[in-house]
Amino acid sequence: MEPRTDRIVIDGVSDGPRTLSSVVDRPDAVFRWIARSGGTIVVTVMTLVGLFLLIRGFEAIQFAGPAFVIEQAWDPNSGKFGIAAVFLGTVFIALTAIFFALPLSFGTALYISEYAPQRLKPFLITTVDLMAAIPSIVYGLWGFFFLSPLILPLSQWLATYIGPWFPPFAVAGFDPNDPLATPTIFSASTFIAGIVVALMVAPITSSIMREVFQQAPLGEREGALALGATKWGMITSVVIPYGRGGIIGGTMLGLGRSLGETIAVFLIISPVFVIQPQILEKGGNSISALIALRYNEASAFEISALMAAGLALFIVTLIINFGASTIVARSRSGSVGD
Amino acid sequence: MTDVIERPNAHGSDDERDAVDGEPAARSPRTWTRTDTPTPASAPELRRSTATIRSIDVIRLIGSALAAVALTSWLFFYALPLEGELGFVLVSYGFFLLFFGILTAFDENRPTVRDRLASVVMHSLAFLLLLALFSVVVYTTLRGLEPLGIPTFFPNFYLEDMSNAGPLDGLDRGGVAHAIVGTLIMITIALILTVPLGILTAVFLTEYPGRFSRFVRTVVEAMTALPSIVAGLFVYAIIVQFGLTRSGFAAACAITVMMLPIVVRSADVVLRLVPSSLKEAARALGASTWRTVWTVTIPTARSGLTTAVILGTARGIGETSPVLLTAGATTFFNFNPFSGPMTSLPLTTFTFIKSPELNFIARGFGTAVVLMALVVILFVIARAIGGRGPGQLSARQQRARTQASRIDDYRFRARELGITPPQAVSPFERLKRLIPMPARRRVTPHD
Repeated sequence: MEPRTDRIVIDGVSDGPRTLSSVVDRPDAVFRWIARSGGTIVVTVMTLVGLFLLIRGFEAIQFAGPAFVIEQAWDPNSGKFGIAAVFLGTVFIALTAIFFALPLSFGTALYISEYAPQRLKPFLITTVDLMAAIPSIVYGLWGFFFLSPLILPLSQWLATYIGPWFPPFAVAGFDPNDPLATPTIFSASTFIAGIVVALMVAPITSSIMREVFQQAPLGEREGALALGATKWGMITSVVIPYGRGGIIGGTMLGLGRSLGETIAVFLIISPVFVIQPQILEKGGNSISALIALRYNEASAFEISALMAAGLALFIVTLIINFGASTIVARSRSGSVGD
Repeated sequence: MTDVIERPNAHGSDDERDAVDGEPAARSPRTWTRTDTPTPASAPELRRSTATIRSIDVIRLIGSALAAVALTSWLFFYALPLEGELGFVLVSYGFFLLFFGILTAFDENRPTVRDRLASVVMHSLAFLLLLALFSVVVYTTLRGLEPLGIPTFFPNFYLEDMSNAGPLDGLDRGGVAHAIVGTLIMITIALILTVPLGILTAVFLTEYPGRFSRFVRTVVEAMTALPSIVAGLFVYAIIVQFGLTRSGFAAACAITVMMLPIVVRSADVVLRLVPSSLKEAARALGASTWRTVWTVTIPTARSGLTTAVILGTARGIGETSPVLLTAGATTFFNFNPFSGPMTSLPLTTFTFIKSPELNFIARGFGTAVVLMALVVILFVIARAIGGRGPGQLSARQQRARTQASRIDDYRFRARELGITPPQAVSPFERLKRLIPMPARRRVTPHD
């Protein structure tokens, strides 16, 4: 090939960049119009949902005033309603879920990316991705019929031995010395709902983490090993620092999902309208479960109150999701190119 | 770079064929038939396996596991007033880690001990999660077997609705065919709304970057955070506001509101992966934007787009909460999405298991298994289609492309030499050529 120079000089005049003008022909103009209108329709629908939620929800928020954030009860028809209990209930469930989902998905992601035999890897990746697609009602069924009875002894043990020192595990009305105490006081609790939601979000979280771990640069991996690092040394010095964005982003995305989870929580939990920080005790609540519980035969004002609760949930999820996608995107920048 | 300059007919196979056909070998500098699958220079380096298993590690693992179980059994059965299976497993796992650490520390330095312990913990975390996930599927399937007709087969579960089955009727009456029909109708409507709109929007986002498309992308990303129940509540509020009734169409709308951002977002990601060199090549050949999109961008990303749509469908099918608010559960067939309540598989599962009747709960599990099977089928199809990245061809597609460009090559050469160009090959003719003939003939566009 001819050697090329960046700049062609003819007769002492250098040939700089020229301005290009393009003429759009008719089919192209039509296509642009169609594509743009497609985008406009989507944006209109999405904004409509947001606006509708905002307007209808705002009606209720305006009526309730600041009590909307403080009040625990939910009785819109008598004007006494607030999201304090349900919102905190949602947060408790989500935190329990993340407490379990984070180590599980982190370990699974690291195992698939670093430890699993090469031949097993595609199968494991497919399995985890498939589990992320399994409907939440299936997890709800499993949690309600299989996990609940299994977890009661564990709850009882935690309440007996850890409860006295760690307030969230304390259970009012449970006396460990009473031989006739029934374990039903531990059923339908935030703890059980949290575990089920944890299993539901763990696949997606682990999938994101694994993707980022697998992108950790080969040169640095092998460099660490060549310098005599053990596998764990290599993981802590190369893979985890490189995948930090994925860990945080994946966890936040899982948190966002667990905040919005409805059916599994609705099936398992027995709804109460007080702030219930004792996660082992029967009863809890979440915003989405509240909507599923109360939407039916609701008056127009009740619906607007539910909309307000939904709006609060939406805003929190939005903030968390945006944070997550920013962090994941930043951690991947520079590693993918054309 | 040399293979670009090299001309095709220098390849032995082409010359040989020309000699057989008695065709004068024209040397057309314009065409080049690629016969090999190229490996791009930028292909990622393969990771080498550095895994080693030493027998001493395995012996330590087995030894400490046995010791841990033995000690825990002694504690549980003789020494301390402990009980419970879960507690047994937890305590013995703790002892196991302890023993394994101590055993390793006898012979190894501290980083190695840490490495071995970390390895064991990571393995067990992965095992625990996979075990839990398997137990979700296996437990649901096992409990769903009876209504599904195993071991005694009743076809009614797949063929009938629930209108004739009373609360105390056995599993040989009633079925969930109405829910299957409802799910199919709802997801079809949702797909009709979502697919064109979603892919068009994704094309708009990638092809026309600008302030407006950035705004669209932000809104779409925001809406992926919308909890599905809120999407249902939105449609429900509209129904109430305008005095409409719940229907299959309303549920499909709620599913669309939930699915649309997911599909747009993943289609956008797939379209952005289309190499810009391909698009620029099309533009350089004089193609307009829309021809580039139609003939280059979308075909290149086809498998990825299909995967995006199918995975979105799997999400839409399994979603209970928007359907719960908008469809209204029924026990009978309803084929009209615009009037009367309609039910779907997840919603039917939900209504079944809220019942105290054991047969209803069993039917709930059966419905959940049908739903899972549907999702798994969709997922497998998505995997089969979307395993490859944009522009990567299967062996068959590669052969087809090679054949197509060979035909072009012959056409060009024929024109250059002034002989009649080969006739266009009909699909039937092409099919006939795929079947191996008894007499060995070379497949060329000349016969």
